[in-house]
Amino acid sequence: MPDPKIDIEHVARLARLDLSEPEKERMRSQLDAILTYIDKLRQLNTEGVEPTSHAIPMVNVMREDEVRPCLPAGEMLANAPEREREFFRVPKIIEE
Amino acid sequence: MPTIAELGARYRSGETTPTQVVESYLQRIETLDPQVRAYLTLTRESALARAEATEKRLKAGKPLGPLDGVPLAIKDVICTKGVRTTCSSKILENFVPPYDATVMVRLNAAGAVMLGKTNMDEFAMGSSTENSAFFPTRNPWDLARVPGGSSGGSAAAVAAGLAAGALGSDTGGSIRQPAAFCGTVGVKPTYGRVSRYGLVAFASSLDQIGPFAADVRGAALLLQAIAGHDPLDSTSTDIPVPDYPAALGQGIQGLRVGIPSEYVIEGMDPEVGKAVSAAIEALKGLGAKTEKVSLPTTNYALAAYYLIAPAEASSNLARYDGVKYGYRAAGGKDLIQMYGRTRAEGFGPEVKRRIMLGTYALSAGYYEAYYGKAQRVRTLVRRDFQQAFERVDVLACPTAPNVAFKLGEKEDPLQMYLCDVFTIPVNLAGLPGLSLPCGFTQSGLPIGLQLIGKPFDESTLLSAAYAYEQATPWHARAPALP
Repeated sequence: MPDPKIDIEHVARLARLDLSEPEKERMRSQLDAILTYIDKLRQLNTEGVEPTSHAIPMVNVMREDEVRPCLPAGEMLANAPEREREFFRVPKIIEE
Repeated sequence: MPTIAELGARYRSGETTPTQVVESYLQRIETLDPQVRAYLTLTRESALARAEATEKRLKAGKPLGPLDGVPLAIKDVICTKGVRTTCSSKILENFVPPYDATVMVRLNAAGAVMLGKTNMDEFAMGSSTENSAFFPTRNPWDLARVPGGSSGGSAAAVAAGLAAGALGSDTGGSIRQPAAFCGTVGVKPTYGRVSRYGLVAFASSLDQIGPFAADVRGAALLLQAIAGHDPLDSTSTDIPVPDYPAALGQGIQGLRVGIPSEYVIEGMDPEVGKAVSAAIEALKGLGAKTEKVSLPTTNYALAAYYLIAPAEASSNLARYDGVKYGYRAAGGKDLIQMYGRTRAEGFGPEVKRRIMLGTYALSAGYYEAYYGKAQRVRTLVRRDFQQAFERVDVLACPTAPNVAFKLGEKEDPLQMYLCDVFTIPVNLAGLPGLSLPCGFTQSGLPIGLQLIGKPFDESTLLSAAYAYEQATPWHARAPALP
């Protein structure tokens, strides 16, 4: 297993979390302790063992492709922090 | 307080009315909940309107269902149309779902009365309800102690008589552990037994909704109402739902009970060990046969869980981006900065920790070593149970290694995670689990016995639990709230 020293800056960027400096410090030591505990998995031989993603195996749950009513746009937009007409409004994405 | 079954009987006999009962629960909440703090939101008006609707049906001579007019508490992770659903998170503080979860559609159709939404650890991540962004809930048996978590509000509401029953959700023990800490019955159904549609996702391969009640029959009646296939949840299983209340009386003569030898660990509260051993003796006295079984991967299950659950959470919680619903931080100069600030301000420390852990476990270069490894360990955990269930019908063990601890006692995240060491393997294997009271410590704190069953065999769990409950005095005890 790789070195448990986690690159907090990199992972926080991937997770889109703007952590403060004290948060990063605390996170670094807490996650190190947790990952050290998790390292015990190395002792267990899992060679040739298939991975399980779901405990109750299911494959290809199919349904008819039919038109069904959906919630009105107004209701779906009601929780939006910012909106304009029938759209979610977000800060600028593309530089001018 | 009357049980769910007793309420129904009293309505039918005319001894009391749903309106009187709902009013008395609302009154009790007003008096006692300022101390317990089980509820985040009360739905007083709709509760009274629903009680009145039951009363009208009753007066019109229509037959009442077992949940008609029964006042319930619903964990705030289950979507309720028009009623704020926060997951105890700042990021969803003002979220009002435009639809009902399938379990709510079913409970409403059964005539049940929602009193309100209950407090929890933020996004169901925690074992004490201290991770709520709003306030901690207190254990009704000792207000200085936690009710367990993450469904602590639902467990405390039932224990304190602030609801006749409740719904919670269980990803690693979040129904069973608070049920044990609060001295109630709690059931985590088989994965796929109950629809997750409208349950705010934490770890989708582990999450399952289940009931709390003061007695086993109440839990069976609630499970009956919510179980069954739902086309809106592709992981819900399309197999018939047995009659759970009918299974209760069948007794446990000849039932084979396995005692997993790995479920005795260092640092376990000796009073828990003693009470659980006595409970196993009691099961024997009722006709069960016990034998020792081994679940050798137990020691690794917790570590695997703390890769799998955070990995799924980091993906599920990516949806909280300040765009479609929920909190948005002010002042982001572009979209990326808005995302980062919104999530940093909107999530609490434990949720951030798990998002970071999960993101790391899934990131390039670490995926196979962490997430892949954990999934293989999950296979071994499942295999352990499959082998045990070739020889026995149910497993009996403690629900948690300890009883309710004091608020603020477990500040180290890893120490908190260890609370769930006996409940987590059940989620990894997708099995049904039940916790019921099996005694009290000298200081008067409840102890929980966990029964684990074969997939979709909730009936056997419930009938074993019922036989034990009927033979012991624990369920009759109630906390003395001032």
